[in-house]
Amino acid sequence: MARNEPDPQVDENLPAWSLPAAASENIGVTVEWPERVTREWAWGGSAGAGVQVCILDSGVEPDHPLVGALDGAVALTKQEDGEIVVEDDVEGDLCGHGTGCAGIVRSLAPECRLFSVRVLGAGFKGSGAILLEGLKWAIAQGFDVVNMSLSTTKRQFAGLLHELADSAYFKRTVLVASAHNMPVESYPWRFSSVISVGSHEEDDPQTFYYNPAPPVEFFARGVNVPLAWLGGETIAATGNSFATPHMSGICALILAKHPELTPFQLKSVLYLTASNVGGRE
Amino acid sequence: MTDNNLQAAVSAGVMSAEDEHRALLQSIVEVARSIFSAKASSIFLHDEDTDELVFEAVAGEGSENLIGERFPSSTGVAGWVLVTRQPLVIEDLASDPRFARETAEVTGYVPRAMMSVPLLHEERALGVLNVLDRAQDVQFSLGHMELLGLFANQAAIALDLLQRARHARSVLAGSGGDAAVIARIASALEGLDEEQREPVLRLLAALDDVLHADMSF
Repeated sequence: MARNEPDPQVDENLPAWSLPAAASENIGVTVEWPERVTREWAWGGSAGAGVQVCILDSGVEPDHPLVGALDGAVALTKQEDGEIVVEDDVEGDLCGHGTGCAGIVRSLAPECRLFSVRVLGAGFKGSGAILLEGLKWAIAQGFDVVNMSLSTTKRQFAGLLHELADSAYFKRTVLVASAHNMPVESYPWRFSSVISVGSHEEDDPQTFYYNPAPPVEFFARGVNVPLAWLGGETIAATGNSFATPHMSGICALILAKHPELTPFQLKSVLYLTASNVGGRE
Repeated sequence: MTDNNLQAAVSAGVMSAEDEHRALLQSIVEVARSIFSAKASSIFLHDEDTDELVFEAVAGEGSENLIGERFPSSTGVAGWVLVTRQPLVIEDLASDPRFARETAEVTGYVPRAMMSVPLLHEERALGVLNVLDRAQDVQFSLGHMELLGLFANQAAIALDLLQRARHARSVLAGSGGDAAVIARIASALEGLDEEQREPVLRLLAALDDVLHADMSF
């Protein structure tokens, strides 16, 4: 069964809100969980093949050596009349942030399908509304993973972002969002329906920790990360922005091997394989 | 108090606040530079009306002549920090001629390494604080990042006060006859007893709330 397609058996035989006794046989969960969930079970041998990862950011430089080919790229812009339109992206990356994130995902999941949705770069003003529309568009496309190394501090968008995050969660689109390491309220990383990511200081790209004291749920590599940079260059950078695509890449590896996982199950696998839980073997 | 006196008094207060807040910003970049033993530190403010970043203060290397210079709000490293609201540290920049040129244009100095953090106050992203070429004898850690964040909070509070002072001054300068209305209201208020004054103050507070509602988006 392809990702993001509802299981017809479950959908046809089950009412939406309750489970009659006769239907209980039809609610079988297709994932076969081993006695112990290991990293080998979770993503051993996986290169992320076929998983669709969306970089919701500043665009992605086409054919950067660390990024390779994109499977699609669009840009959202605000027209003079205030309408936000989605068009094919012909400019690439305006500041380098999205290219850096895409390179990290590619380094972990070399066979994933990368898509760029540019919501940054057309000016700071109005960027919250464009971010919201971009996320809505990305969820509608049914991407498996959406990397959000960004946030908004505008409370007026918090409610709508929360609804979108929940909607993505139920439609099997995993949102992976950068946490803030500053004492500010920002969104969407604070919502429990997303996978929120902060940084640890270790060098291993597959080392990640579960945080039993949220709102930040996972810590991934975010210090001195080798980063794809504009013009085909590479630099070293630090920030939660770069820890986030590490988790997106690991999600892509797991989903390629276990496409039937729901975001809830995926998060459970991440917990069980975290370096401070069962991930050190 | 006559209308002219009121305007002069308020203007003087605002002017004084501007000077004090400039000194506070300067102090923040000096201390940020000192704490990280850095070659330079600088602050950019986001001008919401023109959607540009404005160079506000610098300590150490770099040109004070650049103060007041304006740059597009969403390009370059400062731009990406502003729009993503995420701090960023970059090392080994010297090898990238594009970055070197860009940075030189906006800071008057070409760094090897750069720490950049958004200045966030309540819901608003006010600008960006940069620390250029911190001492390299200690390896960068997340503790440095946290310290930078604490400084950024302090700078954001100062920037917020500065912006409010500027706004008040521009309102007064541009109001012309409108300032007379404000003066008459103030004068009438002074003539009221406590019981009469209370509902008027409530009305003015409500008006104040409306005027300060954030409608930038």
